[in-house]
Amino acid sequence: MSASRESGVVQVQGEVIATRRVGAYHHLTIVAPGVAELAKPGQFAALAVGGVTTGNLLRRSFSIHKVSPSGTYGGTLDLVIAAKGAGTEWLAALRAHDAVDVVAPLGRAFPLPTEPVPCVLVGGGYGSAPLFWLAELLRERGCTVEMVLGAASEDRLFGVVEARRAADHVTVTTDDGSAGVKGWVSDVLPEVFERTGAPVAYACGPMGMLQSVTRVASEHGAVAQVAVEEAMACGVGVCMTCVMPVRDKAGVTKMVRSCVEGPVFRGDRVRWEAFHDGVCGVPEDAVGAPRVGGH
Amino acid sequence: MAVDMSVTFGTRTLPNPVMTASGCAANGRELHRFFDVSKLGAFVTKTVMMDPRSGRGTPRMAETASGMLNSIGLQGPGIHAFVEQDLPWLKSVGARVLVSIAGNTAGEFADVARVLAASDAFDCVVGVEVNISCPNVANRGLVFACDPLASGKVIALVREQLPRDVPMFAKLTPDVTDIVAIAGAAVKSGATGLTMINTLLGMVIDTDRLRPHLGGITGGLSGPSIRPVAVRALWQVTAAMREGRFQTVPLLGVGGVRTGRDALELIAAGATGVQVGTATFNDPMAPQRVLTELEALAESHGVDRITDLVGVAHDRMVIP
Ligand SMILES: Cc1cc2nc3c(=O)[nH]c(=O)nc-3n(C[C@H](O)[C@H](O)[C@H](O)COP(=O)(O)OP(=O)(O)OC[C@H]3O[C@@H](n4cnc5c(N)ncnc54)[C@H](O)[C@@H]3O)c2cc1C
Ligand SMILES: Cc1cc2nc3c(=O)[nH]c(=O)nc-3n(C[C@H](O)[C@H](O)[C@H](O)COP(=O)(O)O)c2cc1C
Ligand code: FES
Repeated sequence: MSASRESGVVQVQGEVIATRRVGAYHHLTIVAPGVAELAKPGQFAALAVGGVTTGNLLRRSFSIHKVSPSGTYGGTLDLVIAAKGAGTEWLAALRAHDAVDVVAPLGRAFPLPTEPVPCVLVGGGYGSAPLFWLAELLRERGCTVEMVLGAASEDRLFGVVEARRAADHVTVTTDDGSAGVKGWVSDVLPEVFERTGAPVAYACGPMGMLQSVTRVASEHGAVAQVAVEEAMACGVGVCMTCVMPVRDKAGVTKMVRSCVEGPVFRGDRVRWEAFHDGVCGVPEDAVGAPRVGGH
Repeated sequence: MAVDMSVTFGTRTLPNPVMTASGCAANGRELHRFFDVSKLGAFVTKTVMMDPRSGRGTPRMAETASGMLNSIGLQGPGIHAFVEQDLPWLKSVGARVLVSIAGNTAGEFADVARVLAASDAFDCVVGVEVNISCPNVANRGLVFACDPLASGKVIALVREQLPRDVPMFAKLTPDVTDIVAIAGAAVKSGATGLTMINTLLGMVIDTDRLRPHLGGITGGLSGPSIRPVAVRALWQVTAAMREGRFQTVPLLGVGGVRTGRDALELIAAGATGVQVGTATFNDPMAPQRVLTELEALAESHGVDRITDLVGVAHDRMVIP
């Protein structure tokens, strides 16, 4: 372990102790001493991939699914990984006792309500990974938890069984109708807000989904706390690749690092209109935005 | 016996030659969670300009074979916020700071230098790195480092703003026909050292969407894949200085350093100091680890001082 406790983050040589297939995903349990004591739901872990001589230098970021401070093996960390490229495929191929370098926990966690209020938790695909742990903490505080899980198809849903245990009520949607309601989470959300009167929603998933959760939440007078996913090179705040346009308390838009000031943002502060088909521009009114003829 | 790792740049002596690279370590707080940044020879800050800058949109990066492409667009808080917030923090933890500056015009470089030199925490500054080579920014005038005259002008103007005893490094791009000509122009205009190399201009196409991957279309290539280019640039400039084509000044090597052995390679080519950039994204401890590994390697080569290895490869060519 190389970083001190006071710094809130550790870098550890982790050891995989279990890996299993869950639908389209790979669920990894990693012994990573020191992480569990520091982590909160909404935070993420940045993993090095490919071993010490790898040509894939950049870290891969994953929401922390759960942690347990001590067990037979020491503190563990669970991640849910969709194999889509070189790094995630390498991680998905890890076997028990393989080593993996972990930096965690990183970023800002979901802020918890101070009152015992109803809460809506929305997960898109593997985006549900951090929500069960969040649900547990919310219920400990007397909140009721309503979960909505959506995905393209049944195999891309994660944790439906766990959701039934962690939440007071669960709604499932799939784009193709292979499980639950056919459609998007935004189709069922208005009814959920009306029925529960929830003043807060927590969401994690693709950017388009986060934008619609934010919209439906504000239509119902609720605040959405969304965990975003922007391409990250370092995960620790030093590269400036992971920025997005977000308004601060005073309403001023800045290009902020989602790994440090996020990944959880208030949905109504994110400048969603700047995102188009995988590209995000700099709004003209952002601090230091390029001037005409300038950079 | 322990190797003396200290290196000297003009009036400033650093405890060791290892530094962060500009733009790869932010302004210190983030890495200080992992290791004590005051243990490095120097901390090199993210290039700062006069005004706050948002930088470019995203995607700002693409991973490449043993490296990456970035197009940040010199995002930063502006020199005033930098001297009020970042520099005092670096000073408070005891860091020796090499401040990287840039401007849209030669005059702006000088303005930035003036604000810096007048700042309260300036005594923690062990040098200024003048980033005359940022291939990221679309502004036509910005790549000063492709033109010896423009490079010389910036250096001369910044020199006027800095106290005589403050070392000033010109940071060069390898994207030129003759890097020796640019190096010579910078030294003749008053640079007391040179940093080599900045990123190389590159481009990646997303083969799913069949469009440029980066929002900024082109970006700067960095990481271990460019190390041979850095070694070559350091070698050529060192050779030119040894031939007396211009005054000999210390060089800072940067480009693809991931291990102590990589750092030693740059030193043997002619670098007195070594900066660790992209490798920090892979391992936030990289700058400190490189220092530890370099020290062990220097010891295994049996030298008393790390400076005994600077440019050593020039003396060891076998000519049959
Ligand atoms: C805060 C956060 C939480 C995440 N949680 C999960 C999770 O729980 N489960 C999961 O499967 N995935 C998650 N992701 C996405 C995951 O990080 C990417 O799918 C992964 O980095 C892709 O790596 P690759 O090597 O397969 O792809 P490549 O395309 O080869 O990756 C190349 C580079 O781009 C970066 N990159 C590419 N796509 C993404 C992306 N969508 N987000 C961030 N960086 C990207 C990679 O980190 C790497 O540096 C999360 C991302 C973020 C930012
Ligand atoms: C994300 C990123 C941002 C950078 N920003 C700057 C910068 O602001 N100023 C600068 O002089 N160089 C900048 N560089 C270049 C590095 O300082 C360094 O010269 C280059 O990356 C080669 O070293 P490396 O291979 O060790 O990264 C940046 C590089 C990267 C990867
Ligand atoms: S990922 Fe590097 S600053 Fe956020």
